[in-house]
Amino acid sequence: MACEPWTGKLDTYFDGELPAEEARALDEHLRGCATCAAEGLRKLQQKRAVRDAGQRFTPDPAFRARLQASLAARRPSPSLWRRSWLPIFVTATATALLIAVAVLLSLNRARNSEQQLMSELVDQHVATLASANPVDVVSTDRHTVKPWFEGKIPFTFNLPELQGSPFVLVGGRVSYLSQSPGAELIFRVRQHQISVFIFQERGPSDAHEARTALSFEVRSWRHNGLRYVVIGDASPQDLDRLSELLKAAG
Amino acid sequence: MPLFERLYNFAHWLTQDREEAEDLVQETYAKALKGFASFQPGTNFRAWIYQILRNTFLTSHTGLKATAMVPLEPESDRESLPAVKDTPESILIQRSDQQLVQEALGRLPAPYREMLLLCEFEEMSYQEISTTLAIPIGTVMSRLSRARRALRDTVQELQGD
Repeated sequence: MACEPWTGKLDTYFDGELPAEEARALDEHLRGCATCAAEGLRKLQQKRAVRDAGQRFTPDPAFRARLQASLAARRPSPSLWRRSWLPIFVTATATALLIAVAVLLSLNRARNSEQQLMSELVDQHVATLASANPVDVVSTDRHTVKPWFEGKIPFTFNLPELQGSPFVLVGGRVSYLSQSPGAELIFRVRQHQISVFIFQERGPSDAHEARTALSFEVRSWRHNGLRYVVIGDASPQDLDRLSELLKAAG
Repeated sequence: MPLFERLYNFAHWLTQDREEAEDLVQETYAKALKGFASFQPGTNFRAWIYQILRNTFLTSHTGLKATAMVPLEPESDRESLPAVKDTPESILIQRSDQQLVQEALGRLPAPYREMLLLCEFEEMSYQEISTTLAIPIGTVMSRLSRARRALRDTVQELQGD
């Protein structure tokens, strides 16, 4: 069976631990195999469910204060201080390292939240690909798709004229991110589908970037208080071009 | 205090008790400060401090009880960790089932619970988990796979209740 070599590797793939070459081959297989794509989606759902459920317990502020006081009260023993200057150096280095680690971790947290956002949108894009009814409004006409969103989402946006470009508007659907409604627009370029997500901007994170997530190309930017995220398996050039068209229309 | 909130969350999941979690976190920071000279700059700080927390847990009363019920490091995981049923892969766990998933996680044996939390919630790589739990990467992968199936089993049981 064509699926056999892949079924046992889906977990490793979604954990981001499969070697790049195998990940690309599995990517390819997932695009053509509805059974594995559906199984992959279930695995992703479970991963996300555990990630969300994992944050359950919050420390009591009084405990934090107690702990800080207790740690501050700790001092190296006098005999150790007398031995040499080495402990001073070690303590200073340790303090500097702890501060550096704290700064790095705080930067990392911001990056993680951005990564979580991207992975959630990639999930939604994969779900759209796997869905039998990927769009709620089916139309290649931007003058049909845009008004369809009126009253369904709390903002409006502009769609580009696609004539003369390789892109075709397939339709749109209402999507949700952190319980807020937004627009998901589906475009086709050759055999590839691209999702364009538009949400109201909430976070302060740097949205001007191009990246890949789970082998999908991703483009993201902000404009007029809206966050745009373009996700697809088309070429980077195609994503750049569609992004430029959307920016020009915005 | 780097990682304070996440360490506390992990400690509470392990101990299943607020006071014990507080003691565990306090001891972890005390040990980390005391042993900071042994931390190799350039190596993984997060794995290092989680390893301290987990080792401290394993030697605590609750940790000893948990490991007495489920031997942690056997020659082969298959023999000692609880068997998981052959649940159909088709069970779909929704993100909206947060309470259900939390309940299921709480019911899992500690080795499965910590494995899922480190991989899915802490988003550690297999290498980081291997360092934190002091087990080979192959064991990380097999235990993770069984932990995921055990979670599906437990969710299914809870749905049937």
